[in-house]
Amino acid sequence: MAASMRIINGRVYDPTNNVDGEIKEICIQDGKIVASAGDDVTVIDAKGMVIMPGGVDIHCHIAGPKVNAARKLQPEDHRHDVHPATPFTRSGTGGTVPSTFATGYRYATLGYTTAMEAAVTPIGARHTLEEFHDTPVIDKGFYVLLANNIFLQKLLKEKRMEEFDQAVAWWISSTKAYTVKLVNPGGDEPWKGKKNSNVSDIDELNDEGLTPRKIIEAFVKTVNARGFPHPPHIHCNNLGHSGNYITTLETMKTANGLRAHIAHIQFHSYGGEIGKNPVSKATEIIDYVNNNSNITCDVGQVMFGKSTIMTADAPLAYVLKGHSKGKWVNADTECESGCGIVPFTYQEHIYMHTLQWAIGLELFLLSKDPWRVMLSTDHPNGGSFQSYPKLIKLLMDKGFRREEMKRVNQKALINTILPDLEREYTLNEIAIITRAGPAKALGLHNKGQLGVGADADITIYDDMEDKEEMFNAPRYVIKSGHLIIENHEFRNDFNGRLLHIAPEYDKKIEEVVQPFFEDYYSIEFANYAVDDHYLHDHEVIPLGETHS
Amino acid sequence: MPLHLKLHTTPEVPLEAECICPDRMRGLSIDDINRLIVFHGNREMHLADFFECSGNNDGDIRVAGDLVNVKHVGSTMSFGLITIEGDIGVHAGAAMSGGKILIEGNASDWLAPEMLGGEIEVRGNAGHLVGSGYRGSTVGMQGGEIFIHGNVKNETGHCMRRGLIVVGGTSGDFTGVNMLAGTIIVIGEMGTRTGAGMKRGSIISLTKTSILPTFSLACNYSPVFIKQYLHYLLKKGYDIDSKIINGHFERWCGDAVELNRGEVLLYAD
Repeated sequence: MAASMRIINGRVYDPTNNVDGEIKEICIQDGKIVASAGDDVTVIDAKGMVIMPGGVDIHCHIAGPKVNAARKLQPEDHRHDVHPATPFTRSGTGGTVPSTFATGYRYATLGYTTAMEAAVTPIGARHTLEEFHDTPVIDKGFYVLLANNIFLQKLLKEKRMEEFDQAVAWWISSTKAYTVKLVNPGGDEPWKGKKNSNVSDIDELNDEGLTPRKIIEAFVKTVNARGFPHPPHIHCNNLGHSGNYITTLETMKTANGLRAHIAHIQFHSYGGEIGKNPVSKATEIIDYVNNNSNITCDVGQVMFGKSTIMTADAPLAYVLKGHSKGKWVNADTECESGCGIVPFTYQEHIYMHTLQWAIGLELFLLSKDPWRVMLSTDHPNGGSFQSYPKLIKLLMDKGFRREEMKRVNQKALINTILPDLEREYTLNEIAIITRAGPAKALGLHNKGQLGVGADADITIYDDMEDKEEMFNAPRYVIKSGHLIIENHEFRNDFNGRLLHIAPEYDKKIEEVVQPFFEDYYSIEFANYAVDDHYLHDHEVIPLGETHS
Repeated sequence: MPLHLKLHTTPEVPLEAECICPDRMRGLSIDDINRLIVFHGNREMHLADFFECSGNNDGDIRVAGDLVNVKHVGSTMSFGLITIEGDIGVHAGAAMSGGKILIEGNASDWLAPEMLGGEIEVRGNAGHLVGSGYRGSTVGMQGGEIFIHGNVKNETGHCMRRGLIVVGGTSGDFTGVNMLAGTIIVIGEMGTRTGAGMKRGSIISLTKTSILPTFSLACNYSPVFIKQYLHYLLKKGYDIDSKIINGHFERWCGDAVELNRGEVLLYAD
């Protein structure tokens, strides 16, 4: 049961409510922030400590079939990183793709209380929800992959836009998703059917007579018109290729003033020619983001060390497996998507890896609106979420950043303006890019803030000079009013909620979709939609303002 | 006087005791050693919860008691000597790079997976997957020597790349499966599918065995390197007839599915 609590004497960073480092009392009752609590409640004296809302990860890969395939692919990643059980919590394994229990607990030990799985095929939704049920502490939701869905592309090709709109709503409702995810729109089908080929331009026609731009445009319009709390979450075409920044700019322009979120934008900010070393185009990309308030993005920072590439961008994974020369997985997910998994290591001495690292930092440091440029490593693609504290230190401490710059490939570094950037993030800005900003972009009004009525998801850090150390081990973590971590140790377990939306749709759309299932799917139509009993504890996030 | 560890409480579930290793005990007092962490199932406990510890911590460790449920003893060790006064559980000597483990009884499965160097001697039998790679790994044993005086079960030397494995008794099926390089010598009989998928390396048997159809007979000869190996094994306490040492061997090339660069050598007389 959630406790009533008062947290006193702490320095509060709550950007949503314009609180920037004030000593302020926070009161909790029934899992929510309240204006006052009685005297006989638990009191936490946070003197010398920093209080922030619980962290919100807007883009990560933590559950579902592809994540599980990555776990199975890398037993060596787990056996040296055992996560022991405690009297309150369960055991697991770590590595770059931790087991379900370890994922929840390790997010909690960084002060994060919400995380969004960024790519789930509709047919994998049931599996994802089962894993969510075993991912403790954090609230979570997922984005459903629809941009390479053959049936939706058929409706677009035939210009059946009303049915397209209804079918998108049906797919979201049937899978209990949070928003739509577009990954390499239109790129998976050529990969599946034409010897690993891919689309290379946003205006390239596919065999269905569609271009990526048409697909993106259709989803942006539908999602905005329906007022989904989070706009389409877009992984642009040409990820990782030299010269891809033009595709990224064109993708953002395609939104035409409507809300759109560009995922891991660092991977889409490269200049240069295909087949040659890329150069940084961070300035061009961030200028566009700074000047267009309809665009939000997460950075997808690369962190040196072990990572695991996992993506629905199957052709990309196929290219990367040639670089890593190790084991990899590519899969075709029926009529819905593709998938690729490649264990990967980012190394300081390699030109490309250093450039990626530097571009990510350039994007952060050139951002004028931290509310719209959010922290992520595209876990585990650019690095594990467990490296967030180090990333925060890179942003907050220019001396540390300079020291790290000495260790990287200098040829790559001089192709960026990173050495000239002096900016240091403040604690308030860190609170924005890790909590308030993602919560706002997700339309989660009760998260990322500490105002009265908000969810009592709170993290309390010791105020330390070394920001990596500070953000690596919060002293207290409170989730929905439950004291989960006290003095750096687990004191409680908690099964977080599923966050999803439930857009309405005309039931007649099922009669349109069903024949396609009978012809091409391996699963009966009646068994496809996820049953409510998979939801466990859940919250339907209401739809917001509509835009068209 | 070596450091004595005596099991006083038999673990109900497997005990992961990677800390029983000279590297991890280096420079520690007996009290410090007692506080080393072991995993009893998924719970962290102290070494003293299961072992009584006495003697001098000088890199020579003797472990006694019913250790069949004790895993990972000597994992990643790089120096010193561990003597097991009886049988030992799975994963003993995993990824060790130096030193010696002497097992006076039997070893369980997964003896010395992904071993890098050092020596293991087993007076009794060993289980499956001696000197192999873990599932999901592409490379098994990469160096060192494993001497087993008794029998072993299946998949000995699975995907090994370097080093020597000697079996005094019989070996099970798939000896040297997916072997990349290195040497396996089996004095007794081998099971079926020897060397399946091997890329390079040598599997030597002093007894006739069945050969996969993807291996082809190259010649019948008396290679000098086998004589040298067998003399070495005599010194290691193996009983080998002198006529075998000077005898002829059939050289079978394979596996053809992996370009025929490996060899199985069978005593021919």
